[in-house]
Amino acid sequence: HRVDSRTIYVGHRPSTTEAFIPPKFCDNRIVSSKYTVWNFLPKNLFEQFRRIANFYFLIIFLVQVIVDTPTSPVTSGLPLFFVITVTAIKQGYEDWLRHKADNEVNKYPVTVLENGRRMGTESEKIKVGDVVEVNEDETFPCDLILLQSTRDDDTCFVTTASLDGESNHKTHYTVPDTEKDLDSLSATIECEQPQPDLYKFVGRMHIYKTDREPEIRSLGPENLLLKGATLKNTQRICGVAVYTGMETKMALNYQGKSQKRSAVEKSINAFLLVYLCILVSKALVCTTLKYVWQSKPGQDEPWYNQKTQREKETNLYLKMFTDFLSFMVLFNFIIPVSMYVTVEMQKFLGSFFITWDRDFYDPEIQEGALVNTSDLNEELGQVEYVFTDKTGTLTQNNMEFIECCIDGFQYKYRDAVSELDGFSATDGPVSKLQEKAGKEREELFLRALCLCHTVQVKEPTGRGQDHTDSMAGVDGMEGCPPPHEQTGFIASSPDEVALVKGAMRYGFTFLGMESKKMKIMNRSNAIETYDLLHVLNFDPVRRRMSVIVRSKSGDALLFCKGADSSIFPRVRQEEVEKIRVHVERNATEGYRTLCVAYKKLSPEEYARADADLQAARLALQDREEKLIAVYNQVEAGMTLIGATAVEDRLQEEAAETMEALQGAGIKVWVLTGDKMETAKSTCYACRLFQRGTELLELTVRTLEDGVRKREERLHDLLLEYHKKAVQDVPPTKPGGSRGWSKPSQDFGFIIDGASLSMVFNSSESSSSHYKNLFLQICQNCTTVLCCRMAPLQKAQIVKMVKCSKGSPITLSIGDGANDVSMILEAHVGIGIKGKEGRQAVRNSDYAIPKLKHLKKLLLGHGHLYYVRIAHLVQYFFYKNLCFILPQFLYQFFCGYSQQPLYDAAYLTMYNICFTSMPILAYSLLEQHICVEVLLDNATLYRSIAKNAMLRWVPFLYWTLLGVFHGLLFFFGVRFLFGNPALQANGQVFGNWSYGTIVFTVLVFTVTFKLALDTRHWTWINHFVIWGSLCFYVIFSFFWGGIIWPFLKQQRLYYVFAHMLSSASAWLVIVLLILLSLLPDILLVVLRKPLGPRARQVGYITLLNYHVPFCIHGDL
Amino acid sequence: MMASGYNAKEEDGHHSGAPGNGGAGAVKSKKPDNTAFKQQRLPAWQPILTAGTVLPAFFVIGLIFIPIGIGLFVTSNNIKEFEIDYTGIEASSPCYNCAQNYSWNSTSSCTCKVPFTLEQPFESNVFMYYGLSNFYQNHRRYVKSRDDSQLNGDLTSLKSPSKECDPYRTSDGLPIAPCGAIANSLFNDTLELYHLSNGTRTAVVLMKKGIAWWTDKNVKFRNPGGNANLTVAFQGTSKPVNWRTPVFELDPNDPDNNGFINEDFIVWMRTAALPTFRKLYRIIQKKVDAPTLASGKYELEVSYNYPVRSFDGRKRVILSTISWMGGKNPFLGIAYITVGSVCFFLAVVLLIIHHKYDNRCSSADIPN
Repeated sequence: HRVDSRTIYVGHRPSTTEAFIPPKFCDNRIVSSKYTVWNFLPKNLFEQFRRIANFYFLIIFLVQVIVDTPTSPVTSGLPLFFVITVTAIKQGYEDWLRHKADNEVNKYPVTVLENGRRMGTESEKIKVGDVVEVNEDETFPCDLILLQSTRDDDTCFVTTASLDGESNHKTHYTVPDTEKDLDSLSATIECEQPQPDLYKFVGRMHIYKTDREPEIRSLGPENLLLKGATLKNTQRICGVAVYTGMETKMALNYQGKSQKRSAVEKSINAFLLVYLCILVSKALVCTTLKYVWQSKPGQDEPWYNQKTQREKETNLYLKMFTDFLSFMVLFNFIIPVSMYVTVEMQKFLGSFFITWDRDFYDPEIQEGALVNTSDLNEELGQVEYVFTDKTGTLTQNNMEFIECCIDGFQYKYRDAVSELDGFSATDGPVSKLQEKAGKEREELFLRALCLCHTVQVKEPTGRGQDHTDSMAGVDGMEGCPPPHEQTGFIASSPDEVALVKGAMRYGFTFLGMESKKMKIMNRSNAIETYDLLHVLNFDPVRRRMSVIVRSKSGDALLFCKGADSSIFPRVRQEEVEKIRVHVERNATEGYRTLCVAYKKLSPEEYARADADLQAARLALQDREEKLIAVYNQVEAGMTLIGATAVEDRLQEEAAETMEALQGAGIKVWVLTGDKMETAKSTCYACRLFQRGTELLELTVRTLEDGVRKREERLHDLLLEYHKKAVQDVPPTKPGGSRGWSKPSQDFGFIIDGASLSMVFNSSESSSSHYKNLFLQICQNCTTVLCCRMAPLQKAQIVKMVKCSKGSPITLSIGDGANDVSMILEAHVGIGIKGKEGRQAVRNSDYAIPKLKHLKKLLLGHGHLYYVRIAHLVQYFFYKNLCFILPQFLYQFFCGYSQQPLYDAAYLTMYNICFTSMPILAYSLLEQHICVEVLLDNATLYRSIAKNAMLRWVPFLYWTLLGVFHGLLFFFGVRFLFGNPALQANGQVFGNWSYGTIVFTVLVFTVTFKLALDTRHWTWINHFVIWGSLCFYVIFSFFWGGIIWPFLKQQRLYYVFAHMLSSASAWLVIVLLILLSLLPDILLVVLRKPLGPRARQVGYITLLNYHVPFCIHGDL
Repeated sequence: MMASGYNAKEEDGHHSGAPGNGGAGAVKSKKPDNTAFKQQRLPAWQPILTAGTVLPAFFVIGLIFIPIGIGLFVTSNNIKEFEIDYTGIEASSPCYNCAQNYSWNSTSSCTCKVPFTLEQPFESNVFMYYGLSNFYQNHRRYVKSRDDSQLNGDLTSLKSPSKECDPYRTSDGLPIAPCGAIANSLFNDTLELYHLSNGTRTAVVLMKKGIAWWTDKNVKFRNPGGNANLTVAFQGTSKPVNWRTPVFELDPNDPDNNGFINEDFIVWMRTAALPTFRKLYRIIQKKVDAPTLASGKYELEVSYNYPVRSFDGRKRVILSTISWMGGKNPFLGIAYITVGSVCFFLAVVLLIIHHKYDNRCSSADIPN
């Protein structure tokens, strides 16, 4: 059993009386590498052969080594060896890089304070309990508890850019009231066991003093400096190591995410199974027929072909078994190793095109798209549901203070009018003209805005400029915008900055914080200072935050701001109504509203609150819950002062993007934590809801009609909506998988978090029923809006859709930490490199700078990648089927003796050299339709929906094509060989000539088939296609031109040259190639009237000639 | 129709940004390079196969293939071929006795004479083939049972042949040269042709050179230690078990056709593709004044050494003239005519169908 907490002796000094047993912790070595020099080979091989495909090829290879098989082990061993080696080298190189990086970190010089002396040592030697010194701009070598800082206010600044990408400075605090002299500090730290959450830490520090009772201090995340973060704006700090090495939060966070598999991969596996069945049945048929054939007298062992002694002695059943294995080996090329290699390469290389795309480059953040996984490229072309966050995704998260309302009077800031006090009352519909709230209330409200936040003033950097001067000048210069507007504020949430800036416009400027004192400059340019006593942090459950400050006059004041729903119940009700109208009006206009309340705490009240907060903060267990309980208790009985409205502008081209997605047949669901009204107006603005859209609401408001219980009402509403949206809608045309024509009536569905949890958590029996109804309604709506969602609920919704019938492909897009759960849950997770840190980006599969890039990512890249890889997969199976089928047929003519038709070199090289490059080039470069056209015609996306190119019908088409080609190649040459005297000098051809002719036809046909499918011929395609054919010819001459000393048999000696000297061979080769391609050319012509979209639809509706529309081929 | 404004804007941004940004892109490290390759904007040829391009192609293919096919068919038909089965299965067959009384041990060969009549004279060179049926020269055990380095004159392989040659690797403790099942089963019937005219029986001159691939004869097959004194070179080896004579006595009169480079041997060593096959045996050179083989009565004298009854095989002799496309084979001609006609027919049908649809969507076919 693991202990829940660990005890650390600061500086390894035993505390007082207890016997000092130095506890064992792991050292500070970071090991991100997987292998060592010694275990690389076995471990890597083991891991590689755990892949089912590699294992299969290993088995084939072993069979070839052990059993006397028709082809030498080299034919399958060489490709396997190649694949394994390349993978091993790649992984080895990556591991070597990791070793190097580890070493750099582990050998980093650090300073450890040991009994008053400063000792230089290496990072990896740090032990838990060591006191470590860190200088400015250095990264912390392990997780430290901050003990001492050179700054006066016992803080230090840190950036966590390398951990979560947030580059703002974060303030961390020393443990309060610790000894300034670290040498004499005798303390223990009790803290939880290492856990990966970067933002959670609970601990307790016992400080022992010789003459007093031990003091206890609570430790939280604000005291913990994380390994990997960098010290900023602080000369030097000292801290005690609490977590080291692999137990640091950074290391715990590097454990990989679970891998996502794409739908294409599932298709490949299904096809693989089919081909495996074909392979086994081929081998079975051949084995059976062999023994039937041999039972005829004189066939098994004619006088000219005696068996060896060993063969005669072998047991019959064993012989049958080895024969079966031999056939398996002979036909095993039907499942090629190279397909896996090519698919991997295509995915890996293909993902670069996303990173390279300049359309994804955003000049503002100076970054392009980021690909975290290349496995899902083609999944981007298959998306059916998009789940999008609102704030920061649909909207810019670039907040601008629009207006506020104080005591029911509306104040709107007008940029154009520069009144001295910055205030102007507008003649809005609600406020009365020129009426203002009392000055006292105004100022209280503005003070609240200035104080109730966690904003930092950005420290002047080394450049200095005229900042210090202007600080001095502030007092003198009136009316001038204070320097901070340029300097800027840093905050975790842009709302807060907008509010502080808004207050600044009205004359109250937040100047910053110095040693727990907040300074604000009021309208008369006097500086007021407040002691910051407590910050009751924001959390998404409470949806509010508060500060407790002490003013100069000694009053303890609590300022609280938060969502209306979380503030209104906590203030005196008579004030609410005046403000509610404003809040609701603002919300419908799409603004984010916050309510501000305050409360004066009497000294007794404050003392109790202070004690409770301290106690809760010290708690080691359930600290969160205890804190929230105290917060709720403190934030009660407040007075409402006013409300603010902050505009969050829509992202660039948000509406166009959403429209394109809907045009592509993708259903867009908006999942937001925001209020319904705000979210709804955003949806209208994004054209997700249109004027004609009928909205079906399932929210707390519609549920409460006062008469019946909520549950009953829920039941009724669900049934009613279901009838409306599902039953009464005429069924879409049969056949059209997703319905090409838009339904006559658009429905939009709105649900909020509370109702959703009712749907999910209602009583056992009805829960699944409700869920079903809910899902069906949602699926019939064009847009679904879920507001007031907790992060977990977002993931729940994604999961529900993901697991629904037909398992549609889902995509989540978001920018904030609250979207991480849904990003991880969805098939494809997309992070926006927005303002709310980098957590979403880190957990996403793809990251893009802006929402508008989603359009090209899906409609452009996704579509192309899907078509490319689908074609790649189908083509690979096809080309190996028509490669092996002649070999199978040949068995009927060679006494089922497993005689290979092709030479071993051809067997080996076919997939590696002769036919691999063209398809790779195709699968990287093909643009069957220009990207511009794809983007213009979003409906094209529907044509590849539901894995259209990898379903059984196209698979059957390709398989039949392969069979047709295989039959044609074999029997065409078979009839030619009715008279093997094919040369003009009467000489005859043998079996290797037979195989070579078939192989030549094969290589040319499959290459031409690909050429026929290529719609986008760049020079690379030309080079690779013609180059492969040339290489084949040159190789064949070369291979047949020399007596190879290492070969046992010179089977192909001058076979190719003789073939070319025969006119009949030329004629048959031309004939067969042409005949093979005839059906394809024919299909292309027949498909032509379908227009440019023909190629994708074509595979499904092969001979579907009667399509009643045509599209201008404006390619 | 959708979001066309959006796209136009993006297009603009692209083109205006493209020329100026080459240098700027290099400075900003994170901005992707504006190369055609990385932006997937490589200039590309985008062929669209339309009825407009394919239909003429079909017509052209039809028009080319049909004449070629007719030419091939005529060529093949002009080739004269005469085939005699001399296996001796039926009691009426002249070789019946030889076939019945065959035994491996007999040293003297059984001779039979098969008379036949050529109705038409054979002009130009006549090629004489022997054909075997139901003989699996392409059986795996058989195909691999040879040692090419031994045949190439390698001295070590001569003394210790490859394991693949089993069970024809050694005999009486001595290595077999040439080893293996293929060599062991060398076709050893001797076929001679006589012209019967006016009661006289004149032997037709049969050339036994030029029947094997030049590269085989001169490069792939070599006698150990040169062609001189083969008896010494092959000392210490044993003849294949089914052979009557050792390898160095295959053609004792002609050192260039003896040992491993004996052309009959080389021809046999090129394993046939199918169980029914023919192999070139002799060439009858064209005469200047008369047809190579005048019409009339002939007699084939067979020294019957090769048993095929045990595996239901058949033995044939084929006399054939040769064209530029090889021996007689109507397949190519028929195939070309068929494919050509199919193409032509399809072209016509498509033209009709397409003409109908052309009126309905005239814009669909405009290629650019």
